[in-house]
Amino acid sequence: MPDLGTGEPLLRTAHQLIVENDDIAVTLEAPCQTSRIDVIGEICHHLAPFQASDRPIVGETVIAKDLTIDSLAIMDMVMELEDRFDVSIPMNVVAEIQTVDQLADTILDLRAKR
Amino acid sequence: MGLFDRHAGLLEAYRDVRTTGADPFQIRMERVLSPTEAVINGRKTLLVGTNNYFGLTFDQSCMDAAIEAIRAEGTGTTGSRIANGSYSEHVLLEEEIAAFYGMKHCMVFTTGYQANLGVISTLVGQGDHLLIDADSHASIYDACKMTQAEVVRFKHNDPSSLDARLRRLGDRPGNRLVILEGIYSMLGDSAPLKEFIDVCKKYGAYVLVDEAHSLGALGETGRGLCEEAGVLDDCHFIVGTFSKTLGAIGGYCVSNDPDFDILRVTVRSYMFTASLPPSIVASVRQALRVVQARPELRKQLWDNVATLYDGLKAQGFKLGPEHGPVVGVHLPDRMAAVGFWRAMLDAGIYVNVAVPPATPNGVSLLRCSVCAAHTPQQLEHMIEVMTGIGRQLGILSGAPRLRVVAGNG
Repeated sequence: MPDLGTGEPLLRTAHQLIVENDDIAVTLEAPCQTSRIDVIGEICHHLAPFQASDRPIVGETVIAKDLTIDSLAIMDMVMELEDRFDVSIPMNVVAEIQTVDQLADTILDLRAKR
Repeated sequence: MGLFDRHAGLLEAYRDVRTTGADPFQIRMERVLSPTEAVINGRKTLLVGTNNYFGLTFDQSCMDAAIEAIRAEGTGTTGSRIANGSYSEHVLLEEEIAAFYGMKHCMVFTTGYQANLGVISTLVGQGDHLLIDADSHASIYDACKMTQAEVVRFKHNDPSSLDARLRRLGDRPGNRLVILEGIYSMLGDSAPLKEFIDVCKKYGAYVLVDEAHSLGALGETGRGLCEEAGVLDDCHFIVGTFSKTLGAIGGYCVSNDPDFDILRVTVRSYMFTASLPPSIVASVRQALRVVQARPELRKQLWDNVATLYDGLKAQGFKLGPEHGPVVGVHLPDRMAAVGFWRAMLDAGIYVNVAVPPATPNGVSLLRCSVCAAHTPQQLEHMIEVMTGIGRQLGILSGAPRLRVVAGNG
């Protein structure tokens, strides 16, 4: 599980919010599998440089709209996430994804299907 | 919501660019004097951003061929290749390009953009897998939007990144088609083609290589990176353009696949647009002969590349990773690039400016393209001017970086 104590301040905020929204007990019981919190943490790590205001990055954050990231940088981030979680997300699927939650769900779904 | 509201972000960026005084995207060539000079804003300007790698736009034999063709066959075909637009010369051009590559088949398109768009989007369909380099040209990205195949990007020039994506497909059904480019148009770097081909063979993937910027420039006889890397026989499809080294406009695709010609009645960008005018076909046929007859043009081009690349590097400019007919000069941001570009234009030198979102990794570039017809003096002058501007704008530190010729460093 991620070390919640060592991230950058922005990330810590995001992690804490996710933890509050999540059922952390379930996450803790399955340490061998990639947890949702890992995936969200990794996404937030990539998105942190594009944070537009003081508003933390949360599951409902609309990636292309609430942040300063452009479409090319989104595709580059997806490529990094693909390699981190060993899945491939086709471009047409990426185009449908709007929020951090949706991106995390897509990665987890693809991992489950491997 | 208005029709143009969705472009608000781009409009703002574009306005920023235009406030610098000159709009790099609306430059008018008032009079083109030669492959290396034109009149811009009323003054004679050195051209170092025209993709005219062999300088054939003013080749006497190519111009004569074009003029003769206009007199013989008129100004245009007014029809597509599948209707009234296939003249003997179109077919001869296709045969000559196929023979140049030692391939069985060739299709000629009205632009290189249309060649990529049509061929790539038609070769793969529902259930197939298209794998493209992250830095692919817009024509390749647009083809991806037109196919039902699943499209996945791999990291630029990274065979292991392609390997991972082909591996993840596992035993899923469907053809795999990998798209690569001989020379990438923004930074002038080449694909590690041999390594890519090895990965493709391992997974049984088809390979298409776009040689738009490498035709003429690479390979012993100018056939591009496929020839240079010794993998011509392993490339299932090669696409290219007439609008760079061959000095005109148009595109082509060659292949040995026995069923290739079915594309003539399936590729919409081939079927539903007018064919190339006779003058273009004639000048391209002649330009292809010149490329084969005058290998010294390739040597001149690379000598000039070395002069410009090494000269700028020695002054401390951050460049693309390797020598190439395209020399990309990195600048810190969009405004610095546009400011630098404008100062160069004021000093009588034209290059391209390339800024996000048209560039990989959000970089801002002055994109220079070298011509065999440039003189060493023209390029040395350019290096001097760029060094001066670079220091004025604080992009280069005052003292030139000295080359270490001796010592224990």
